[in-house]
Amino acid sequence: MLDDFLVRAALAGFGVALAAAPLGCFVVWRRMAYFGDATAHAAILGVALSLLLSTSVFAGVLVVSLLMATLVSLLSGRGYAMDTLLGVMAHSALAFGLVAVSFLSGVRVDLMAYLFGDILAVAPQDLALIAVGVLLVVGLMGWRWSALLTATLDADLARASGIDPKREQLVLTLSLAVVVAVAVKVVGALLIAALLIIPAAAARPFCRTPEAMVLLAAVVGAASTTGGLQAAYWFDTPTGPTIVCLAAVLFVLSSFVALLKRKLARPAASSDALR
Amino acid sequence: MPLLSIDDLHVALGGHCILENIDLHIDRGEVVTLIGPNGSGKSTLLRVIIGAVQPARGQLVREQGLTIGYVPQRLAIDPTLPLTVARFLNLPRRHSSRVLRQALEQAGVPGLMQHQVTDLSGGQLQRILLARALLEKPDLLLLDEATQGLDYRGTADFYRQIEAVRRELGCAVLMVSHELHVVMRTSDRVVCLNRHICCQGTPERVVASPAYQGLFGAGTGDALALYRHGHDHDHFTAASAPSTADASHQGANVNA
Repeated sequence: MLDDFLVRAALAGFGVALAAAPLGCFVVWRRMAYFGDATAHAAILGVALSLLLSTSVFAGVLVVSLLMATLVSLLSGRGYAMDTLLGVMAHSALAFGLVAVSFLSGVRVDLMAYLFGDILAVAPQDLALIAVGVLLVVGLMGWRWSALLTATLDADLARASGIDPKREQLVLTLSLAVVVAVAVKVVGALLIAALLIIPAAAARPFCRTPEAMVLLAAVVGAASTTGGLQAAYWFDTPTGPTIVCLAAVLFVLSSFVALLKRKLARPAASSDALR
Repeated sequence: MPLLSIDDLHVALGGHCILENIDLHIDRGEVVTLIGPNGSGKSTLLRVIIGAVQPARGQLVREQGLTIGYVPQRLAIDPTLPLTVARFLNLPRRHSSRVLRQALEQAGVPGLMQHQVTDLSGGQLQRILLARALLEKPDLLLLDEATQGLDYRGTADFYRQIEAVRRELGCAVLMVSHELHVVMRTSDRVVCLNRHICCQGTPERVVASPAYQGLFGAGTGDALALYRHGHDHDHFTAASAPSTADASHQGANVNA
Protein backbone atom coordinates (compact mmCIF):
# COMPACT_ATOMS: atom_id res chain seq x y z
CA MET A 1 0.00 0.00 0.00
CA LEU A 2 2.86 2.36 0.91
CA ASP A 3 4.21 1.77 -2.59
CA ASP A 4 1.57 4.10 -3.94
CA PHE A 5 2.91 7.67 -3.89
CA LEU A 6 -0.60 9.07 -3.46
CA VAL A 7 -1.17 6.98 -0.35
CA ARG A 8 2.17 8.13 1.05
CA ALA A 9 1.29 11.74 0.27
CA ALA A 10 -2.10 11.41 1.97
CA LEU A 11 -0.54 9.83 5.05
CA ALA A 12 2.12 12.54 5.22
CA GLY A 13 -0.51 15.27 4.95
CA PHE A 14 -2.63 13.56 7.56
CA GLY A 15 0.27 13.32 9.98
CA VAL A 16 1.28 16.93 9.58
CA ALA A 17 -2.31 18.07 10.07
CA LEU A 18 -2.47 16.03 13.26
CA ALA A 19 0.69 17.56 14.73
CA ALA A 20 -0.15 21.05 13.51
CA ALA A 21 -3.57 21.08 15.21
CA PRO A 22 -2.59 21.37 18.89
CA LEU A 23 0.44 23.50 18.12
CA GLY A 24 -1.53 25.73 15.75
CA CYS A 25 -4.12 26.33 18.47
CA PHE A 26 -1.40 27.49 20.85
CA VAL A 27 0.09 29.68 18.14
CA VAL A 28 -3.33 31.34 17.75
CA TRP A 29 -4.12 31.59 21.48
CA ARG A 30 -0.71 33.01 22.34
CA ARG A 31 -0.58 35.30 19.32
CA MET A 32 2.55 33.68 18.03
CA ALA A 33 1.67 33.72 14.33
CA TYR A 34 4.77 35.65 13.40
CA PHE A 35 6.80 33.40 15.63
CA GLY A 36 5.65 30.46 13.52
CA ASP A 37 6.50 32.35 10.38
CA ALA A 38 10.02 33.17 11.50
CA THR A 39 10.69 29.58 12.49
CA ALA A 40 9.29 28.21 9.26
CA HIS A 41 11.19 30.62 7.06
CA ALA A 42 14.41 29.69 8.80
CA ALA A 43 13.86 26.22 7.34
CA ILE A 44 15.24 27.40 3.99
CA LEU A 45 18.46 28.34 5.72
CA GLY A 46 18.44 24.85 7.22
CA VAL A 47 17.98 23.32 3.77
CA ALA A 48 20.94 25.29 2.41
CA LEU A 49 23.18 24.34 5.32
CA SER A 50 22.34 20.67 5.16
CA LEU A 51 23.02 20.57 1.40
CA LEU A 52 26.30 22.39 2.00
CA LEU A 53 27.34 19.93 4.70
CA SER A 54 25.66 17.05 2.87
CA THR A 55 23.67 15.97 5.93
CA SER A 56 20.01 15.02 5.98
CA VAL A 57 17.73 17.91 5.09
CA PHE A 58 15.40 16.92 7.89
CA ALA A 59 18.16 17.27 10.48
CA GLY A 60 19.38 20.57 9.04
CA VAL A 61 15.92 22.08 9.07
CA LEU A 62 15.27 20.79 12.59
CA VAL A 63 18.47 22.31 13.98
CA VAL A 64 18.12 25.70 12.28
CA SER A 65 14.41 25.98 13.14
CA LEU A 66 15.18 25.08 16.72
CA LEU A 67 17.88 27.76 16.88
CA MET A 68 15.56 30.32 15.36
CA ALA A 69 12.66 29.45 17.64
CA THR A 70 14.90 29.55 20.70
CA LEU A 71 16.38 32.87 19.67
CA VAL A 72 12.94 34.36 19.14
CA SER A 73 11.56 33.12 22.44
CA LEU A 74 14.65 34.39 24.28
CA LEU A 75 14.26 37.82 22.73
CA SER A 76 10.52 37.92 23.36
CA GLY A 77 11.02 38.25 27.11
CA ARG A 78 13.21 41.33 26.83
CA GLY A 79 10.88 44.05 25.79
CA TYR A 80 11.82 44.39 22.13
CA ALA A 81 9.14 45.53 19.71
CA MET A 82 8.31 41.96 18.88
CA ASP A 83 6.40 42.29 15.63
CA THR A 84 9.15 44.37 14.05
CA LEU A 85 11.87 42.07 15.29
CA LEU A 86 10.05 38.97 14.12
CA GLY A 87 9.39 40.55 10.74
CA VAL A 88 13.08 41.27 10.42
CA MET A 89 14.09 37.76 11.46
CA ALA A 90 11.51 35.88 9.42
CA HIS A 91 12.37 37.56 6.17
CA SER A 92 16.11 37.78 6.65
CA ALA A 93 16.23 34.06 7.49
CA LEU A 94 14.41 33.41 4.24
CA ALA A 95 16.63 35.75 2.25
CA PHE A 96 19.86 34.37 3.69
CA GLY A 97 18.61 30.88 3.01
CA LEU A 98 17.85 31.67 -0.62
CA VAL A 99 21.22 33.34 -1.11
CA ALA A 100 22.99 30.43 0.57
CA VAL A 101 21.26 27.93 -1.71
CA SER A 102 22.37 29.91 -4.77
CA PHE A 103 26.00 29.34 -3.74
CA LEU A 104 25.50 25.61 -4.09
CA SER A 105 26.46 25.59 -7.74
CA GLY A 106 27.62 21.98 -7.66
CA VAL A 107 24.28 20.53 -6.63
CA ARG A 108 21.15 20.91 -8.62
CA VAL A 109 18.59 22.10 -6.10
CA ASP A 110 14.93 22.21 -6.76
CA LEU A 111 14.25 25.22 -4.58
CA MET A 112 10.55 25.17 -5.36
CA ALA A 113 10.28 21.82 -3.61
CA TYR A 114 11.46 23.38 -0.36
CA LEU A 115 9.58 26.65 -0.70
CA PHE A 116 6.23 25.11 -1.63
CA GLY A 117 6.65 21.49 -0.62
CA ASP A 118 6.68 18.34 -2.66
CA ILE A 119 4.22 16.07 -0.97
CA LEU A 120 4.01 13.73 -3.96
CA ALA A 121 7.71 12.94 -3.58
CA VAL A 122 7.39 11.70 0.01
CA ALA A 123 9.47 8.53 0.20
CA PRO A 124 8.81 5.69 2.67
CA GLN A 125 11.76 6.84 4.82
CA ASP A 126 10.33 10.39 4.84
CA LEU A 127 7.07 8.92 6.02
CA ALA A 128 8.88 7.21 8.89
CA LEU A 129 10.49 10.52 9.91
CA ILE A 130 7.15 12.28 9.71
CA ALA A 131 5.55 9.58 11.88
CA VAL A 132 8.26 9.94 14.52
CA GLY A 133 7.96 13.74 14.48
CA VAL A 134 4.17 13.65 14.73
CA LEU A 135 4.24 11.16 17.60
CA LEU A 136 6.82 13.28 19.39
CA VAL A 137 4.81 16.50 19.07
CA VAL A 138 1.44 14.96 19.88
CA GLY A 139 2.97 13.10 22.83
CA LEU A 140 4.68 16.21 24.15
CA MET A 141 1.52 18.30 23.81
CA GLY A 142 -0.60 15.62 25.48
CA TRP A 143 1.85 15.25 28.34
CA ARG A 144 2.14 19.00 29.05
CA TRP A 145 -1.45 19.83 28.05
CA SER A 146 -2.78 21.20 31.35
CA ALA A 147 0.39 23.08 32.16
CA LEU A 148 0.58 24.55 28.65
CA LEU A 149 -3.02 25.67 28.83
CA THR A 150 -2.60 27.24 32.27
CA ALA A 151 0.57 29.05 31.19
CA THR A 152 -1.25 30.30 28.10
CA LEU A 153 -4.09 31.73 30.20
CA ASP A 154 -1.84 33.69 32.51
CA ALA A 155 1.83 33.33 33.40
CA ASP A 156 1.32 34.35 37.03
CA LEU A 157 -1.64 32.02 37.48
CA ALA A 158 0.58 29.22 36.21
CA ARG A 159 3.45 30.16 38.49
CA ALA A 160 1.21 30.20 41.54
CA SER A 161 0.22 26.61 40.68
CA GLY A 162 3.87 25.59 40.47
CA ILE A 163 4.09 25.62 36.68
CA ASP A 164 7.07 27.33 35.08
CA PRO A 165 5.77 29.27 32.04
CA LYS A 166 9.28 29.43 30.57
CA ARG A 167 9.52 25.67 30.53
CA GLU A 168 6.16 25.42 28.79
CA GLN A 169 7.30 27.98 26.25
CA LEU A 170 10.29 25.75 25.61
CA VAL A 171 7.95 22.81 24.95
CA LEU A 172 6.14 24.88 22.34
CA THR A 173 9.41 26.05 20.80
CA LEU A 174 10.68 22.50 20.47
CA SER A 175 7.38 21.28 19.03
CA LEU A 176 7.32 24.11 16.54
CA ALA A 177 10.78 23.22 15.25
CA VAL A 178 9.77 19.58 14.86
CA VAL A 179 6.55 20.47 13.04
CA VAL A 180 8.47 22.75 10.68
CA ALA A 181 11.01 20.05 9.92
CA VAL A 182 8.23 17.56 9.28
CA ALA A 183 6.06 19.90 7.23
CA VAL A 184 8.69 21.32 4.87
CA LYS A 185 8.23 18.33 2.61
CA VAL A 186 4.43 18.64 2.70
CA VAL A 187 3.61 22.32 2.23
CA GLY A 188 7.02 23.96 2.04
CA ALA A 189 8.67 26.60 4.20
CA LEU A 190 6.55 29.47 2.95
CA LEU A 191 3.22 27.91 3.82
CA ILE A 192 3.85 26.03 7.08
CA ALA A 193 2.52 28.86 9.20
CA ALA A 194 -0.69 28.74 7.16
CA LEU A 195 -1.16 25.09 8.02
CA LEU A 196 -0.71 25.95 11.69
CA ILE A 197 -3.00 28.95 11.87
CA ILE A 198 -5.79 28.50 9.34
CA PRO A 199 -7.27 25.21 10.62
CA ALA A 200 -7.21 26.52 14.20
CA ALA A 201 -8.83 29.79 13.15
CA ALA A 202 -11.47 27.94 11.12
CA ALA A 203 -12.28 25.73 14.10
CA ARG A 204 -12.61 28.55 16.65
CA PRO A 205 -16.26 29.66 16.12
CA PHE A 206 -17.65 26.17 16.72
CA CYS A 207 -15.86 25.28 19.92
CA ARG A 208 -16.56 25.79 23.58
CA THR A 209 -13.44 24.17 25.02
CA PRO A 210 -9.77 24.17 24.02
CA GLU A 211 -9.80 20.41 23.46
CA ALA A 212 -12.72 20.66 21.04
CA MET A 213 -10.86 23.33 19.11
CA VAL A 214 -7.80 21.11 18.75
CA LEU A 215 -9.90 18.19 17.53
CA LEU A 216 -11.80 20.29 15.03
CA ALA A 217 -8.57 21.95 13.85
CA ALA A 218 -7.16 18.48 13.23
CA VAL A 219 -10.27 17.59 11.21
CA VAL A 220 -10.04 20.81 9.17
CA GLY A 221 -6.31 20.24 8.63
CA ALA A 222 -6.78 16.65 7.57
CA ALA A 223 -9.63 17.59 5.24
CA SER A 224 -7.47 20.33 3.70
CA THR A 225 -4.47 18.10 3.08
CA THR A 226 -6.38 15.13 1.67
CA GLY A 227 -8.83 17.35 -0.22
CA GLY A 228 -5.99 19.55 -1.48
CA LEU A 229 -4.17 16.49 -2.72
CA GLN A 230 -7.25 15.41 -4.64
CA ALA A 231 -7.90 18.92 -5.99
CA ALA A 232 -4.27 19.31 -7.10
CA TYR A 233 -4.63 16.03 -9.00
CA TRP A 234 -7.84 17.17 -10.70
CA PHE A 235 -6.72 20.68 -11.62
CA ASP A 236 -3.05 19.86 -12.09
CA THR A 237 -1.98 22.57 -9.60
CA PRO A 238 0.99 22.61 -7.17
CA THR A 239 -0.03 20.48 -4.19
CA GLY A 240 1.23 22.56 -1.22
CA PRO A 241 -0.49 25.80 -2.25
CA THR A 242 -3.64 23.89 -3.19
CA ILE A 243 -3.79 22.44 0.34
CA VAL A 244 -3.49 25.91 1.85
CA CYS A 245 -6.11 27.27 -0.59
CA LEU A 246 -8.55 24.61 0.54
CA ALA A 247 -7.85 25.42 4.20
CA ALA A 248 -8.50 29.09 3.42
CA VAL A 249 -11.80 28.22 1.73
CA LEU A 250 -12.81 26.23 4.81
CA PHE A 251 -11.88 29.23 6.98
CA VAL A 252 -14.05 31.56 4.91
CA LEU A 253 -16.94 29.09 5.09
CA SER A 254 -16.52 28.79 8.85
CA SER A 255 -16.45 32.57 9.31
CA PHE A 256 -19.55 32.90 7.15
CA VAL A 257 -21.46 30.28 9.12
CA ALA A 258 -20.36 31.89 12.39
CA LEU A 259 -21.57 35.28 11.15
CA LEU A 260 -24.87 33.77 10.08
CA LYS A 261 -25.28 32.14 13.48
CA ARG A 262 -24.68 35.45 15.23
CA LYS A 263 -27.08 37.32 12.93
CA LEU A 264 -29.77 34.72 13.53
CA ALA A 265 -29.21 34.80 17.26
CA ARG A 266 -29.34 38.59 17.60
CA PRO A 267 -32.88 39.44 16.34
CA ALA A 268 -34.28 36.74 18.62
CA ALA A 269 -32.46 38.22 21.59
CA SER A 270 -33.61 41.77 20.89
CA SER A 271 -37.24 40.74 20.44
CA ASP A 272 -36.99 39.00 23.79
CA ALA A 273 -35.82 42.24 25.29
CA LEU A 274 -38.79 44.10 23.84
CA ARG A 275 -41.29 41.68 25.22
CA MET B 1 7.64 28.08 61.72
CA PRO B 2 5.72 30.63 59.67
CA LEU B 3 4.14 29.71 56.31
CA LEU B 4 6.19 32.33 54.63
CA SER B 5 9.12 34.39 55.78
CA ILE B 6 10.69 37.19 53.85
CA ASP B 7 13.89 38.69 55.14
CA ASP B 8 15.63 41.82 53.96
CA LEU B 9 14.16 41.54 50.47
CA HIS B 10 15.15 43.94 47.71
CA VAL B 11 13.60 44.01 44.25
CA ALA B 12 14.74 46.04 41.28
CA LEU B 13 13.03 46.12 37.90
CA GLY B 14 14.63 47.80 34.92
CA GLY B 15 17.23 49.45 37.13
CA HIS B 16 14.62 50.96 39.44
CA CYS B 17 14.34 49.95 43.02
CA ILE B 18 10.78 48.68 43.56
CA LEU B 19 11.04 47.17 47.03
CA GLU B 20 13.68 47.46 49.71
CA ASN B 21 14.29 46.10 53.20
CA ILE B 22 11.14 44.01 53.22
CA ASP B 23 10.71 41.80 56.27
CA LEU B 24 7.43 39.97 56.36
CA HIS B 25 6.28 36.81 58.09
CA ILE B 26 2.93 35.17 57.65
CA ASP B 27 1.58 32.53 59.97
CA ARG B 28 -1.09 29.95 59.35
CA GLY B 29 -4.61 31.32 59.56
CA GLU B 30 -3.56 34.95 59.57
CA VAL B 31 -5.21 37.64 57.44
CA VAL B 32 -2.67 40.23 56.41
CA THR B 33 -3.48 43.18 54.21
CA LEU B 34 -1.05 45.21 52.16
CA ILE B 35 -2.03 48.80 51.71
CA GLY B 36 -0.12 51.56 50.02
CA PRO B 37 -0.36 54.14 47.27
CA ASN B 38 -0.19 53.25 43.57
CA GLY B 39 3.25 52.12 42.53
CA SER B 40 4.28 51.27 46.06
CA GLY B 41 5.21 47.70 45.10
CA LYS B 42 2.23 45.80 46.50
CA SER B 43 1.58 43.69 43.40
CA THR B 44 5.31 43.19 42.91
CA LEU B 45 5.57 41.77 46.41
CA LEU B 46 2.83 39.24 45.62
CA ARG B 47 4.58 38.36 42.38
CA VAL B 48 7.82 37.77 44.27
CA ILE B 49 5.96 35.37 46.54
CA ILE B 50 4.59 33.31 43.65
CA GLY B 51 8.03 33.30 42.04
CA ALA B 52 7.28 35.52 39.04
CA VAL B 53 9.81 38.15 40.07
CA GLN B 54 13.30 37.34 41.26
CA PRO B 55 14.51 39.43 44.19
CA ALA B 56 17.81 41.25 43.76
CA ARG B 57 18.74 40.47 47.34
CA GLY B 58 17.24 38.92 50.42
CA GLN B 59 15.57 35.70 51.34
CA LEU B 60 12.15 34.21 50.83
CA VAL B 61 11.40 30.95 52.57
CA ARG B 62 8.16 29.07 52.02
CA GLU B 63 7.03 26.25 54.22
CA GLN B 64 7.71 22.85 52.69
CA GLY B 65 4.89 21.93 50.27
CA LEU B 66 3.12 25.24 50.60
CA THR B 67 0.06 25.47 48.33
CA ILE B 68 -0.67 28.94 47.08
CA GLY B 69 -4.01 30.16 45.77
CA TYR B 70 -3.60 33.27 43.68
CA VAL B 71 -6.29 35.66 42.52
CA PRO B 72 -4.81 38.17 40.08
CA GLN B 73 -5.94 41.75 39.67
CA ARG B 74 -7.42 40.90 36.30
CA LEU B 75 -7.28 38.11 33.78
CA ALA B 76 -7.17 38.91 30.08
CA ILE B 77 -8.15 35.83 28.10
CA ASP B 78 -7.56 35.94 24.38
CA PRO B 79 -10.94 35.75 22.59
CA THR B 80 -9.54 33.05 20.31
CA LEU B 81 -9.35 30.70 23.29
CA PRO B 82 -12.67 28.92 23.89
CA LEU B 83 -12.99 28.14 27.58
CA THR B 84 -15.97 27.21 29.70
CA VAL B 85 -16.03 28.05 33.37
CA ALA B 86 -15.96 24.33 34.18
CA ARG B 87 -12.85 23.81 32.05
CA PHE B 88 -11.20 26.82 33.64
CA LEU B 89 -11.86 25.53 37.15
CA ASN B 90 -10.27 22.23 36.10
CA LEU B 91 -6.95 23.92 35.32
CA PRO B 92 -4.37 22.77 36.08
CA ARG B 93 -5.92 19.87 38.02
CA ARG B 94 -9.29 18.22 37.43
CA HIS B 95 -11.98 18.08 40.08
CA SER B 96 -15.24 16.16 40.20
CA SER B 97 -18.32 17.97 38.91
CA ARG B 98 -19.84 17.81 42.38
CA VAL B 99 -16.88 19.72 43.79
CA LEU B 100 -17.11 22.27 40.98
CA ARG B 101 -20.82 22.83 41.53
CA GLN B 102 -20.21 23.33 45.21
CA ALA B 103 -17.39 25.79 44.52
CA LEU B 104 -19.59 27.89 42.23
CA GLU B 105 -22.40 27.90 44.77
CA GLN B 106 -20.03 29.07 47.47
CA ALA B 107 -18.78 31.77 45.16
CA GLY B 108 -22.35 32.96 44.70
CA VAL B 109 -22.43 32.24 40.97
CA PRO B 110 -24.22 28.91 40.54
CA GLY B 111 -25.24 27.91 37.03
CA LEU B 112 -22.32 29.53 35.24
CA MET B 113 -20.60 26.18 34.70
CA GLN B 114 -21.09 26.03 30.94
CA HIS B 115 -20.65 29.76 30.26
CA GLN B 116 -17.67 31.00 28.29
CA VAL B 117 -15.14 32.75 30.52
CA THR B 118 -14.86 35.61 28.00
CA ASP B 119 -18.61 36.27 28.34
CA LEU B 120 -18.46 36.81 32.09
CA SER B 121 -18.77 40.23 33.67
CA GLY B 122 -15.81 41.54 35.66
CA GLY B 123 -17.49 40.71 38.92
CA GLN B 124 -18.43 37.18 37.86
CA LEU B 125 -14.90 36.53 36.66
CA GLN B 126 -13.49 37.74 39.97
CA ARG B 127 -15.74 35.30 41.85
CA ILE B 128 -14.75 32.47 39.52
CA LEU B 129 -11.08 33.28 40.03
CA LEU B 130 -11.54 33.05 43.78
CA ALA B 131 -13.46 29.78 43.43
CA ARG B 132 -10.64 28.36 41.33
CA ALA B 133 -8.00 29.43 43.84
CA LEU B 134 -9.97 27.79 46.66
CA LEU B 135 -10.35 24.47 44.83
CA GLU B 136 -6.68 23.80 45.43
CA LYS B 137 -7.27 24.09 49.20
CA PRO B 138 -4.46 26.59 49.58
CA ASP B 139 -2.39 27.16 52.71
CA LEU B 140 -1.88 30.72 51.61
CA LEU B 141 -4.35 32.75 49.60
CA LEU B 142 -2.95 35.74 47.71
CA LEU B 143 -5.48 38.34 46.56
CA ASP B 144 -4.35 41.21 44.38
CA GLU B 145 -7.09 43.83 44.58
CA ALA B 146 -9.45 40.96 44.03
CA THR B 147 -12.62 42.97 44.55
CA GLN B 148 -11.93 45.28 41.63
CA GLY B 149 -15.03 45.38 39.45
CA LEU B 150 -17.29 43.94 42.11
CA ASP B 151 -20.32 45.94 43.13
CA TYR B 152 -20.94 46.81 46.72
CA ARG B 153 -22.87 43.66 47.46
CA GLY B 154 -20.31 41.58 45.62
CA THR B 155 -17.47 43.05 47.66
CA ALA B 156 -19.26 42.31 50.91
CA ASP B 157 -19.95 38.73 49.76
CA PHE B 158 -16.36 38.35 48.69
CA TYR B 159 -14.93 39.26 52.07
CA ARG B 160 -17.54 37.18 53.84
CA GLN B 161 -16.39 34.22 51.79
CA ILE B 162 -12.76 34.94 52.59
CA GLU B 163 -13.56 34.91 56.29
CA ALA B 164 -15.50 31.65 55.92
CA VAL B 165 -12.64 30.11 54.01
CA ARG B 166 -10.16 31.09 56.63
CA ARG B 167 -12.36 29.53 59.31
CA GLU B 168 -12.89 26.30 57.37
CA LEU B 169 -9.55 25.78 55.66
CA GLY B 170 -7.45 27.60 58.21
CA CYS B 171 -5.47 29.18 55.41
CA ALA B 172 -3.58 32.41 55.67
CA VAL B 173 -4.63 35.32 53.49
CA LEU B 174 -2.36 38.01 52.11
CA MET B 175 -4.29 40.62 50.19
CA VAL B 176 -3.69 43.89 48.47
CA SER B 177 -6.59 46.23 48.91
CA HIS B 178 -7.57 49.85 48.55
CA GLU B 179 -10.80 49.42 50.43
CA LEU B 180 -9.48 50.69 53.70
CA HIS B 181 -12.74 50.31 55.60
CA VAL B 182 -13.03 46.60 54.79
CA VAL B 183 -9.33 46.08 55.34
CA MET B 184 -9.58 47.45 58.80
CA ARG B 185 -12.50 45.22 59.63
CA THR B 186 -11.25 41.92 58.30
CA SER B 187 -7.49 41.98 58.83
CA ASP B 188 -5.48 40.68 61.74
CA ARG B 189 -2.56 42.72 60.57
CA VAL B 190 -2.11 45.60 58.18
CA VAL B 191 1.15 46.24 56.38
CA CYS B 192 1.58 49.70 55.00
CA LEU B 193 3.89 49.59 52.02
CA ASN B 194 5.56 52.38 50.15
CA ARG B 195 8.60 50.73 48.57
CA HIS B 196 9.63 49.80 52.09
CA ILE B 197 7.36 48.77 54.93
CA CYS B 198 6.32 52.04 56.58
CA CYS B 199 4.50 50.44 59.44
CA GLN B 200 2.72 47.24 60.29
CA GLY B 201 0.59 45.90 63.09
CA THR B 202 -3.02 45.62 64.11
CA PRO B 203 -5.36 47.88 62.12
CA GLU B 204 -5.77 50.19 65.12
CA ARG B 205 -2.05 50.64 65.53
CA VAL B 206 -1.42 51.25 61.87
CA VAL B 207 -4.15 53.84 61.56
CA ALA B 208 -2.78 55.65 64.56
CA SER B 209 0.78 55.67 63.25
CA PRO B 210 2.22 58.85 61.75
CA ALA B 211 3.52 56.93 58.70
CA TYR B 212 0.01 55.82 57.78
CA GLN B 213 -1.46 59.25 58.29
CA GLY B 214 1.28 60.73 56.18
CA LEU B 215 0.30 58.45 53.32
CA PHE B 216 -3.45 58.37 53.57
CA GLY B 217 -4.34 61.44 55.60
CA ALA B 218 -5.59 61.52 59.15
CA GLY B 219 -9.21 61.62 58.02
CA THR B 220 -9.26 57.96 57.07
CA GLY B 221 -9.00 57.07 60.72
CA ASP B 222 -12.72 57.76 61.00
CA ALA B 223 -13.44 54.91 58.63
CA LEU B 224 -12.08 52.54 61.21
CA ALA B 225 -14.14 54.00 64.00
CA LEU B 226 -17.33 53.76 61.97
CA TYR B 227 -16.72 50.29 60.69
CA ARG B 228 -15.72 48.86 63.99
CA HIS B 229 -19.30 49.08 65.21
CA GLY B 230 -21.17 49.22 61.93
CA HIS B 231 -20.81 45.69 60.59
CA ASP B 232 -24.33 45.09 59.44
CA HIS B 233 -25.22 48.62 58.41
CA ASP B 234 -23.09 48.82 55.37
CA HIS B 235 -25.16 51.40 53.56
CA PHE B 236 -25.17 53.79 56.42
CA THR B 237 -21.44 53.54 56.90
CA ALA B 238 -20.82 53.74 53.20
CA ALA B 239 -22.58 57.05 53.01
CA SER B 240 -20.75 58.51 55.96
CA ALA B 241 -17.28 57.07 55.47
CA PRO B 242 -15.05 59.99 54.55
CA SER B 243 -12.13 60.49 52.13
CA THR B 244 -10.58 57.42 50.44
CA ALA B 245 -13.07 54.88 51.67
CA ASP B 246 -15.87 57.21 50.72
CA ALA B 247 -14.65 57.74 47.20
CA SER B 248 -14.38 54.04 46.43
CA HIS B 249 -17.76 53.41 47.93
CA GLN B 250 -19.62 56.00 46.01
CA GLY B 251 -18.42 54.39 42.81
CA ALA B 252 -19.50 50.99 43.99
CA ASN B 253 -22.96 52.23 44.90
CA VAL B 254 -23.49 53.71 41.49
CA ASN B 255 -22.59 50.36 39.95
CA ALA B 256 -25.00 48.51 42.19
